[in-house]
Amino acid sequence: MEKDLNWREFLITRLIKFSGYSAIIFVSLIFFFLLKEGLPTLAEVPLGDLFSLRWYPIESRYGILPLITGSLLVTVGAGLIAVPFGIGTAIYLAEIAPRWVRNLLKPLVELLGGLPSVVLGFLGILILSPTLRVTLNLPTGLTALTGSLLLGGIAIPTVVSISEDALDAVPKSYRDAALALGATRWQTIWRVTLPAARSGVLTAVMLGVGRSIGETMTVMMVTGNAPVLATGLADLFSPVRTMTATIAAEMGEVANASTHYHVLFFIGMVLFLISLFVNVTASAIVFRQKKRAERILS
Amino acid sequence: MNNFFTKNRELTEKLGFSLLTLMTLLTVIPIIGTVIYIIVQGAPAMSWEFITGFPRDGMREGGILPAIIGTFYLTLGTAIFSVPLGIAAAIYLSEYAPDNRATRLVRLAIINLAGIPSVVYGLFGLGLFVLFLKFGTSMLSASLTLSIMTLPVIISTAEEALRAVPQSFRTVSISLGGTRWQTIRRTVLPEALPGIITGVILGLERAAGETAPILFTGAAFFLPRLPHSPFDATMALPYHLFVISTQVPEMPVQIQYGTALVLLVFVLGMNMIATLIRSRARAKRQW
Amino acid sequence: MKNKIVIENLTLQYSDGTESLNGISLEIPANATTVLFGPAGGGKSSLLRCLNRLNDLADVESVSGRILLDGEDILDLKMDVTALRRKVGMVFARPVVLPFSIRGNLTYGLELAGEKRKSRHDEAVERSLKLAALWEEVHDRLDDPAIALSGGQQQRLCLARSLALEPEVLLLDEPTSGLDPISTSKVEEALDELKKQYTVILVPHSVQQAARTSDYAAFFLQGKLIEYAPGTDIFTNPQHQRTEDYVTGRFG
Repeated sequence: MEKDLNWREFLITRLIKFSGYSAIIFVSLIFFFLLKEGLPTLAEVPLGDLFSLRWYPIESRYGILPLITGSLLVTVGAGLIAVPFGIGTAIYLAEIAPRWVRNLLKPLVELLGGLPSVVLGFLGILILSPTLRVTLNLPTGLTALTGSLLLGGIAIPTVVSISEDALDAVPKSYRDAALALGATRWQTIWRVTLPAARSGVLTAVMLGVGRSIGETMTVMMVTGNAPVLATGLADLFSPVRTMTATIAAEMGEVANASTHYHVLFFIGMVLFLISLFVNVTASAIVFRQKKRAERILS
Repeated sequence: MNNFFTKNRELTEKLGFSLLTLMTLLTVIPIIGTVIYIIVQGAPAMSWEFITGFPRDGMREGGILPAIIGTFYLTLGTAIFSVPLGIAAAIYLSEYAPDNRATRLVRLAIINLAGIPSVVYGLFGLGLFVLFLKFGTSMLSASLTLSIMTLPVIISTAEEALRAVPQSFRTVSISLGGTRWQTIRRTVLPEALPGIITGVILGLERAAGETAPILFTGAAFFLPRLPHSPFDATMALPYHLFVISTQVPEMPVQIQYGTALVLLVFVLGMNMIATLIRSRARAKRQW
Repeated sequence: MKNKIVIENLTLQYSDGTESLNGISLEIPANATTVLFGPAGGGKSSLLRCLNRLNDLADVESVSGRILLDGEDILDLKMDVTALRRKVGMVFARPVVLPFSIRGNLTYGLELAGEKRKSRHDEAVERSLKLAALWEEVHDRLDDPAIALSGGQQQRLCLARSLALEPEVLLLDEPTSGLDPISTSKVEEALDELKKQYTVILVPHSVQQAARTSDYAAFFLQGKLIEYAPGTDIFTNPQHQRTEDYVTGRFG
């Protein structure tokens, strides 16, 4: 009986330990397969071609610069929307709104994060893009701007949720102290609460914007998919094509192990490295903050 | 002078608060608007035939049963792989993991898994499951891909739920001669269960709504029948909505909205169940 | 007089450098109440938690010395700690009832030990509740959630929960610190009965309680054992200045 128990315990503990490390295994596997399928690109496409301005796989032109700038443009646009609105909403919910309003609205905003991106893309095609075409008098409504607006919407829940948590975690005594010194609530928010929560807010922004660079379906459906080099924010009003949309749109039609196939994996590798960078940096911010807090407390 | 300052400060505060309120409204109203709009536009498409029928006439008529069933299967398949693994990993992190470099690496890996773009998961699934392991474009490949994607959501919410169980319960159980695993299984896990279930549903909700990871791993453009085995490809609601809103010319808008509504009900329904379980468990909690 | 536990030169150090034990040697007799007392941070709780190896859960840097329970060294790596913990029951300062029914709390330890027979469960429930002087109050609502009991009842339930395993030694870490005087005296009365069958080791929450309950008393200060004597002596005629200072309330 006892023996039996020990064996089971041993086995289960092993299993749990192994599962614990599974995340590392999967990240490594993902990276390995991206490398395995993506690195042959470097042998097949000259570097000069790879970083050229023309993406036209049918003629074996694999310049990924337009795709990178396309992703950047849409992401920057999304950031310009998600950061002010996300942080503004977070401040309102954490500092100004009565408790019941916060308890009602926060789940609602987080609900937006649960909306499938394909649904937003669908509404983008049917409603947002015609509206933009008419009001801005553009030749087409399928532009980077359309993508940015929707991606902003997708990034907002992340920004709101994490920033609000960070603001909420600022000790009440900080605010009380500021108010006692005669600051208005507005001054307290800007000079005390927000600075105290800044690392959390920064993490929120990074993760929110990081998420939008990886968004696929919405962008593919509404940005028009024209692989043209974007050079400035003015290009927001023309069609672009992002890295994610390129993979999603073209992978279904390429032959396995062809050059095109390898280049698409190469783009995937670039995306992976970007998200790795964003997430490692974001968690480093959190970690540093924690360390500082420990120093202050000890 | 003093009076002027006070007044000015009050004015700034009033303006600032109004601005923030306005921003919040601009954030919240489109969300509610979107949901209501899809319900209103999609409701007329709802019929018994739409839910239980097969698509006809190049998907321009008939129902979306194969997509509904497909999404159901994929969600189930995802759950089979990700739930045990995710909960076990959460148990490791909350109950076993020492505070050292290795554990920090595990946490970093989880954060990274959560941040990897969904289409990259699709590439990975294609590379590993479809081609390398030769599972083909199938529900199995798609489910496996989706389960790795949902893993971080399940792990982090489940870990949070486990950590919320008071430490004293563990100490008491151990002091009564319990082993670590007995303590987890009989005391910690039951108490954390509602929180874990909430996390699982939230993770699966994400899987149910995803398109990009299944694009090249298991999604079928059109299937005249239901999938028979895990090695069959399948239609799925999000992919179907993508197909009928971009790939099929002269698609009746009503069917598009109807499909969007069914997907929304599927996903938001899961979300609501999760929220309900969480709030009920919080109300019942004794500690 | 038979010694149940013999502690030989026990030294313990935590990783974070807090409270430690320094060369403790102590003989604890069976069927008596031994009180470990002294100011906070003196090592009483640490010692208590060594006796059922609960310290395994803490960040212990190093342990040396021996703790013999019936002649067997419980610090031995080969020791079956779950069996040890069944033999050495513990009650904590704050009553921690598990989120089960009253009955569920009492049978928990038995179930962990693999005891499935319902007759044994029922027998243990009644016996342990009677020993903890709680039977009268709860026998007609054994399936109610334990959390519904009052603080004093909860603590006696915790006591009963340990007793259900028929331990040989009972460790109590300030078991009455959160209780009102009436509940406290109920617990103390129960302990007075219990020492006839068990070896009781108590960390009291006050000097008064130490004096009231002890057959033997050990005074701890900063990880060292200062004085160990029968209770009647140590509180009336302490040998050491520091013990006297503490007992008479000059510090602590």
